[in-house]
Amino acid sequence: MTATIEPPVDTTQDAGTAAVRPFRVDVPQADLDDLRRRLAATRWPDQETVPDRTQGARLADLQRLVEYWRTEYDWRRGEAQLNAWPQFMTTIDGVDVHFFHVRSPHEDALPLVISHGWPGSVFEQIKVIAPLTDPTAHGGRAEDAFDVVIPSLPGYGFSSRPTETGWDVERIGRTWDVLMKRLGYDRYVSQGGDWGAGVVEAMGRQAPDGLLAIHTNLPAVFPPEAAAAIASGGPAPAGLSEKEQAAFDDVRRFLATGGWGYYQMMTARPQAVGYGLTDSPAGLAGWMLVHGGFGKWTYGEDPEQTPTVDEVLDNFSLHWLTNTVASGARLYWENREQSLISAAGQRTDTIRMPVAITVCPDDDLFRAPETWARRAFPTLVYFHEAERGGHFPAWEEPQVFAEEMRAAFRSLR
Amino acid sequence: MVTTTETSAAAGAVRPFRIEIPEDALVELRRRIAAARWPTRELVDDRSQGVQLATMQELCRYWADGYDMRRVEARLNALPQFTTSIDGVDIHFVHVRSPHPDALPLVMTHGWPGSVIELLDSVGPLTDPTVHGGRAEDAFDLVLPSLPGYGFSGEPTELGWDVARVARAWAQLMPRLGYTRYVAQGGDVGAGVSDAMGRQAPEGLLGIHVNLLVTALGGPQPGDTEEERSALEAVATFRSSGFAYFLEQATRPQTIGYALLDSPVALAAWMLDHDTDAYYKISRAFVDGQPSGNLTRDNILDNITLYWLTGTGASAARSYWESYGPDAPAAAAAAGQAPPPVSVPVGFTTFPGEIWRAPRSWVEQSYPTLTYFNEVERGGHFAAWEEPELFATEVRAAFRPVRGPQVPGPRH
Repeated sequence: MTATIEPPVDTTQDAGTAAVRPFRVDVPQADLDDLRRRLAATRWPDQETVPDRTQGARLADLQRLVEYWRTEYDWRRGEAQLNAWPQFMTTIDGVDVHFFHVRSPHEDALPLVISHGWPGSVFEQIKVIAPLTDPTAHGGRAEDAFDVVIPSLPGYGFSSRPTETGWDVERIGRTWDVLMKRLGYDRYVSQGGDWGAGVVEAMGRQAPDGLLAIHTNLPAVFPPEAAAAIASGGPAPAGLSEKEQAAFDDVRRFLATGGWGYYQMMTARPQAVGYGLTDSPAGLAGWMLVHGGFGKWTYGEDPEQTPTVDEVLDNFSLHWLTNTVASGARLYWENREQSLISAAGQRTDTIRMPVAITVCPDDDLFRAPETWARRAFPTLVYFHEAERGGHFPAWEEPQVFAEEMRAAFRSLR
Repeated sequence: MVTTTETSAAAGAVRPFRIEIPEDALVELRRRIAAARWPTRELVDDRSQGVQLATMQELCRYWADGYDMRRVEARLNALPQFTTSIDGVDIHFVHVRSPHPDALPLVMTHGWPGSVIELLDSVGPLTDPTVHGGRAEDAFDLVLPSLPGYGFSGEPTELGWDVARVARAWAQLMPRLGYTRYVAQGGDVGAGVSDAMGRQAPEGLLGIHVNLLVTALGGPQPGDTEEERSALEAVATFRSSGFAYFLEQATRPQTIGYALLDSPVALAAWMLDHDTDAYYKISRAFVDGQPSGNLTRDNILDNITLYWLTGTGASAARSYWESYGPDAPAAAAAAGQAPPPVSVPVGFTTFPGEIWRAPRSWVEQSYPTLTYFNEVERGGHFAAWEEPELFATEVRAAFRPVRGPQVPGPRH
């Protein structure tokens, strides 16, 4: 590791709340013992009645995963990965925000704040820290270096759980701007996928001083007439290109086959589902694995595939150990009027700053066509279809992701 | 008992059934409740984020410390119970004959998140009306089956058990019990089963009564009157924020099933979340000690405990996948086809707390053979459970026209 740790910079007057405090993870052993005990005591349902995943995660797959979680998985290894990078805590708008802050060894590195989504966490991004901050050691050039800030969303991981309503993507976006300025960055860029895409698009609309550009791998480009056709169940709009038609069909299929059940549940009643996911680690894993981002995940059967079993369990364990499944689900409730893929939903036409987009070929939730992207984002400066990667590109293909960041933001330095 | 000559005696046999819950299972349930790991409190002062923490904690406190875990067993064993195998699934049912001759046989179907527990307090009024303010000629012989995948019925191990297949199973069950002329009743999923029976019109089915208009979700309904607009609004609210559990169970029952089998708190919360009216009533029963009608703490916990002990959270959820899910064989079979109309007489009662209060006009449009309609003053989605006497009064009134003179119908 070559990144250096700078002392945190306090840019506000109120040192009491604006302080940036170093943070290390040290989960009590009793919590790990309790998790193991619960995994061992799992009471299973009968097997699904279909030979595929269409009723949810398959019993045999989940049983194998839970057995590995209980017997071989080592949280301390995951914890050591977190603690390998400088972590901090600071209070913004009443919420303690946990974040990685890694400065590049290179001068003039571009500050970048990256937002994860659901069912992810900062574990998604841990592998991109090195290539982004230290590009010369990872196939890049010094002038592509970033100073990286990776916060845990409020209600996720080691960030505190909001105790009042109102923490939608707009408020999180404003919080990230406070965070970046508090760290001394008055010029920076912002990236996100999944709910992180909602956060960066909110930041794009807010256009705080110093935010130079945004990048997303889940851009809100779905046009109004296509959204209307989906809503009415009518035919696709006339004249769609092949890629537009494919994107339209993907969304229609996703909705028609129930891919959005988890989404609807957490949007409508996060607390109702929260009880089970807080009391049952197998329940938590079963719930999270329904996400489309895991649609092609092989539970480790393909040893080349990332995230690995250990990486996925790092993420599930983090949600479990911090007791943030219900608070994490509330993010959907807070944003219940939002659509992450609808151009109108994210009011993309009001974004005036440069926008960069990477589309990943295996993101089965949505693959934005360039034509729609150009229409949704008048200030689009970069559009690229990556060769590899899915819904969690930083987690799955960290090198590809880092190269996309370098290319996307090169013109803004 | 009747067994057909075509099938073996074993296959068509009706076997007496009693419940015996091992003490271990109750100890384990108490242990899990005591070890509950809680999320933080919801951030709102109502149920709009889901079942409230205070409700769940009070429910679990009473479940572990106040509730008699043997109650559900005692209540069911107090009634004659049987199992019989139909179409490859063991069907559990309560069968109570009326002391009155010429009682009308009635198969009554529970829903989700219910069970036969919902219907137990209407057994007395329906089978023995003279001691419950009714007349001997309103008596019913009562059959209360557990839906496949629910309670002590078997879990289907193959695809295809939608409400239509359940309806066909009930049409085998009733003749097997010697009933050649009978009626059917249901709310919630039971309304779906009874509706399907009405469309299949098996020989001997004289009529149906339902207390949920399942067809309201099938297509646009008129919104010309104040009453219709109000019902449309309720349907829209259900679609926007109330049907998440429905969608989840219809599409990914296994996904939620893991938590429901592993955590009694998960199971209780998932079941309480069902509908706004019932949720607040049940919540008041636990938090304020003020039950609505018969929705008492003990009755609620009887039902949840039954789901837990039989381990049927996932298989019950799967019944939605079968009946309402886009991937199920039923969906493929029904694609583009309107179901046949109901040809038998239909009775309908609107209970005021129901998710949508079906106006008479909607019911008439769905059921041209409507012979009875009434809107009553009390009760909600779990009408039989909450208001068993009022419910029984409605069932008596609804089926009075189909009893007719006691002349045997033509038999083949």
